Amino acid sequence: MSYDNELYQQVILDHNRKPKNFHELKNATHKCHGINPLCGDDITVYLDVDEATGVIQDISFTGSGCAISKASTSLMTTFLKGKKVDDSRVVFDEFHKMVLGEFDPEKQEHHLGKLTLFMGIREYPSRTKCASLAWHTMIGALDKKTDEVSTE
Amino acid sequence: MDNAEIMEKSSIDVENIRADFPVLSKQIGGKPFIYLDNGATTQKPQAVIDRVSQFDSEEYGTVRRGSYRLCERSTQLYEEARQKVADFLGAPTKQEIVFTSGTTQSINLVAHSFGRKFVNAGDEVIISNIEHHANTVPWQVLCEEKGAKLKVIPVNDDGELIMEEYDRLLTDKTRIVAVNHVSNVLGTINPVKEITVKAHKAGAKVLIDGAQSMPHMKVDVQDIGCDFYTFSGHKMYAPSGIGGMFGRMEVMETMSPYVTGGDMILQVTLEKTIFAKPPARFEAGTPPITQVIGLGAAIDYLDAIGMDRIFEYEKSLLDYGTRLLQEIDGLRIIGNAADKAAILSIYLESAHPHDIITMLDQDGIALRGGHHCAQPTMIRFGVPATARASMAFYNKFEELDALAESLRKIIKFFS
Ligand SMILES: Cc1ncc(COP(=O)(O)O)c(C=O)c1O
Repeated sequence: MSYDNELYQQVILDHNRKPKNFHELKNATHKCHGINPLCGDDITVYLDVDEATGVIQDISFTGSGCAISKASTSLMTTFLKGKKVDDSRVVFDEFHKMVLGEFDPEKQEHHLGKLTLFMGIREYPSRTKCASLAWHTMIGALDKKTDEVSTE
Repeated sequence: MDNAEIMEKSSIDVENIRADFPVLSKQIGGKPFIYLDNGATTQKPQAVIDRVSQFDSEEYGTVRRGSYRLCERSTQLYEEARQKVADFLGAPTKQEIVFTSGTTQSINLVAHSFGRKFVNAGDEVIISNIEHHANTVPWQVLCEEKGAKLKVIPVNDDGELIMEEYDRLLTDKTRIVAVNHVSNVLGTINPVKEITVKAHKAGAKVLIDGAQSMPHMKVDVQDIGCDFYTFSGHKMYAPSGIGGMFGRMEVMETMSPYVTGGDMILQVTLEKTIFAKPPARFEAGTPPITQVIGLGAAIDYLDAIGMDRIFEYEKSLLDYGTRLLQEIDGLRIIGNAADKAAILSIYLESAHPHDIITMLDQDGIALRGGHHCAQPTMIRFGVPATARASMAFYNKFEELDALAESLRKIIKFFS
């Protein structure tokens, strides 16, 4: 019997084992600490944004968490590197709604690319926050409202 | 004793017991349902379900507030349930049993009604490093408010309280010591009698959080000698929304009410209220009547099996499960006290507890993953969270085999 299911796809397992951009960013222009108090997921997202162009030149993260949160953060960093801040907000909105089951990339036009592989999460309401923590933290960093965001 | 011998010696006919719990014969996604989250809450036997249903169908009425027959009858049944709790805990009188919504409310009641009155600036409260947040936060808040000091009994690497440290923490400023009887994360059975004797010598009162012990072992509050003993019905096969505490009468008599209103008074004029004696003083408002009746039925059910037999059988489950898990590479059991109840907190090098729980669920196995409302315990053991298997007398050895097999698969999957 195997565990092949919509949730733990191979890409997610790979990013969990070997996360990308998994380090601190020394010259970060933005950073934020995000926690999910229910699970204990705990990450920090760093961004280097070019103020003139609004382009995310570099993005990275550190911290610990479950496979879903780690893979989601890792994939987010690879996806957003080189993108514009305004575009990343659009993707945040679509991603957030997708994992809640309020946005269906199979039926609606979207900008999620391979991030749609997190669609399976909508079948696991107790795990949606694991996937969205990275994104909330990234937005928290961009908004510079607080030093810390929480899923609760 | 090896695992074959442990099974051989089993003190309980588990298939008979399981037939009493309708939910246990359910399937989850085509697989048998394996329920190992009894530390969070327990399933209900048919006897409790039926008693609750019969009471609501035929005997339900308000309590303590009327003199027609239905009300007298329900009041009588309600008070009989109080007597059952008193007998179950070995309390001297039923007036020393207060009904609350559960452990959380009971501890808050004591922190408020005893704490606000008797803990002052410079005084000390002692808890341990392995308490549920319900037995941590109320004392933190109290100490902050009063300018008192919260002291914490440390634990060793096996999860046992370091009693020499406790001896040093106790002073003539200690007003109350609040510790659990059984840790909900580690399963450690704490030496509550010794803790109580020492606290009393120092002039402090003692609260024992019995949420995880009362459903699983024989408890005698007079033998322990504690001043308060708190519990939750939903963890002992009774409905949710009901629980309570034993409180020593001479201590409760000195305490002011926690919640005020109807039913807790002797006399009210617009100028002044005279409060009723305990337990009524601490039971303002209409209580969860049906739930109290259900609690009484759960106690009858447990008594019929016998708490000593339950403890012995669950101990054999623990020994069996411990042995199975110890053989798995990359698995750590957090909490290895010599004196331990049937709780196994699991940590895998390769998979986070939340991934473990989701995967186990796909095999029909229900465990809790997370910090179990005991973050200071997680910090002490250097883990963010654990996956916890907490057993009851309706669990089978075979279910632990299934758990071990699934865990092996999960380790492979994530490595
Ligand atoms: C040791 C301990 N204390 C207190 C509580 C709180 O109980 P309740 O949520 O029923 O009030 C629990 C339950 O999770 C517990 O395990």
